Amino acid sequence: MFNTLMTLSLVRTALLVAVTLWVPLQAAEAVATMPTTTPRTVPDTIAQRVLACTVCHGKEGRATNAGYFPRIAGKPAAYLYNQLRNFREGRRTNAAMTHLMDHLSDAYLREMADYFANQDLPYLPPQTTNAPATVLAQAQTLVQQGDAHRKIPACTQCHGSAMTGVLPAFPGLLGLPRDYLVGQLGAWQTDKRHAAAPDCMGEIAKRLTVDEVSAIATWLSSQTLPAKTHAVAAGTAPLPVQCGSGLQ
Amino acid sequence: MTDTSSTTALALRSRVWLRRLMALLLLALATVALITWLNVRGEATIDDNAAAPFPSTPQQIAQGGYLARAGNCAACHTARGGADYAGGLGIATPFGTVYTSNLTPDPQTGLGKWTPATFWRAMHHGRSADGRLLYPVFPYTSYTQVSRNDSDALFAYLRSLPPVIQPNRTHALAYPYNSQAALAVWRALFFRATDYAPEPTQTTEWNRGAYLVRGLGHCAACHAERNVLGASSGALALQGGVIPMQHWYAPSLASAREAGVAEWDAQEVVALLKTGTSAHGSVMGPMADVVFGSTQHLLDADLQAMAVYLKALPQQAVAPPSAKPPEPSQFSSGQKVYQDHCAQCHGEQGEGAHGAYPALAGNRVVTMDTSANLVQIVLHGGFAPATQGNPRPYGMPPFEQTLDGPQIAAVLSYIRHAWGHTASAVSPLEVLQQR
Repeated sequence: MFNTLMTLSLVRTALLVAVTLWVPLQAAEAVATMPTTTPRTVPDTIAQRVLACTVCHGKEGRATNAGYFPRIAGKPAAYLYNQLRNFREGRRTNAAMTHLMDHLSDAYLREMADYFANQDLPYLPPQTTNAPATVLAQAQTLVQQGDAHRKIPACTQCHGSAMTGVLPAFPGLLGLPRDYLVGQLGAWQTDKRHAAAPDCMGEIAKRLTVDEVSAIATWLSSQTLPAKTHAVAAGTAPLPVQCGSGLQ
Repeated sequence: MTDTSSTTALALRSRVWLRRLMALLLLALATVALITWLNVRGEATIDDNAAAPFPSTPQQIAQGGYLARAGNCAACHTARGGADYAGGLGIATPFGTVYTSNLTPDPQTGLGKWTPATFWRAMHHGRSADGRLLYPVFPYTSYTQVSRNDSDALFAYLRSLPPVIQPNRTHALAYPYNSQAALAVWRALFFRATDYAPEPTQTTEWNRGAYLVRGLGHCAACHAERNVLGASSGALALQGGVIPMQHWYAPSLASAREAGVAEWDAQEVVALLKTGTSAHGSVMGPMADVVFGSTQHLLDADLQAMAVYLKALPQQAVAPPSAKPPEPSQFSSGQKVYQDHCAQCHGEQGEGAHGAYPALAGNRVVTMDTSANLVQIVLHGGFAPATQGNPRPYGMPPFEQTLDGPQIAAVLSYIRHAWGHTASAVSPLEVLQQR
């Protein structure tokens, strides 16, 4: 009996000591290293890595029909790669894009460009509707014929007769928001956007009037994509102007 | 009679004034002399001339290239998209914009006519080849500790670069900051050329680490508080500071509550500096620049030495934070924002994703007193630097376009108070101030 009591009391003392020591120890640990949950695992893929891009450019780079941000899905890989480098090296000015590209390697930028170039997704209906016929007519002439007197080539001469882009690096011009198109032509006019020299688009954009920029953007953003939406192989005809933005 | 006495009084008075004026003039002269002396003390006379050939060995050039990485010289001396080391990058300061200079060996616009001695004077004493005082945006307050041998190697490397003709841009500084006199006063107050003196009681490794951290690494340029005149105070203590004009806070390297590494394995510090990422998190913002341009290229032995030195920094006393918890409404709206925009990557419990997204629960960046870095990360997102050890970093989206100020304040208040955290709430005003 005595032995049992003695043992019990010993056990209780031991427990008490253990608890008294354990509680503050736990508390101290809780302060020093709070997380106890194990990190999850996410897919080791490029799609997972570029989620930083899709917040603005839409799921898989498909964009949205409302905003300013351009669709990047399906653009020629070399075009996208050139643009990523242009942002990083200050030839294009967009603080958010430049910040994102700042510490990335050429190899990684190429991988990102390839990923978005390979996204073959349906296009949304054109953003602009019910544009005035006079505006559309003015723009259509410029887009398809240019203006030889003012050394403005037709858009179709470089960007393809269907304007879905020409490989390796001329982007398609359809399926883009009107504001984005105005923004880009304006940026070329005001030296806020450059391509590798000779900067053909910079020269051409500077020959356009404000009204023409507006009309062209309206017309392009009114077009429905043709059945074949992909960029086409380059033809044999020489380009109307010297362009540096091929394979950089 | 009256006339004579008044004339005498006048003469006396003007003599007194004259004496006072003389005293003032003398004092002014003495001050100018003192400031001048303080600005040139310890300088050796430069006797070599530009025509003298500068012999350099391939080893010296290679060593100089390595040291240029350690000092991250190219980060400032290269304009965005410009030629390497040709300068022209504008560094915004509270006093105006300072443009970095052309370090390529072009004789007219670069260092072509410089000598090892003039280069050393710039590094050690902060004076240019033509005698002008240099602005401490060029961190000679740290580089002064670089040895003459290393300075010569750096010069040999810079001389080996392809020359680029690019004239230096004039700094855009307001009066009086644009005057050499003001700079001389600043230097008299805050700068003294100093050699690195090895600490005999410490190991060779610690001393190597100290030499790199205090010298070429110029860690104090960000990780120490600056006074109203832009001078770093407590540069050796590295107790953290606000980075001027950038809205980022370089956390204390001497505090367990901020970025102190006393409790880390040295190997973890090496990994963070080498790859930009570690089990504790990844580098973002200005430190991503440092890892990308500098520390990823350094030898493991040097990174190890820096780790040993940083681990041994005298630790700051940890003051218990007096935190202001968020209002329940702000907390719950923050929780909603978190679930909609953050949980997908950082996890419902802030547990993060292995090798991809840092855990937010228990993360010191989340619970630090200042919310500056959190605001920057949420607004602008970003990738950890692409390094050999982490060539394809995962990215954080910029939320500047998606979330407004009150939403950002709410989600930050939420993560600062969830999962057992007790850091202060963030107000929409704080977010606005740090945009």
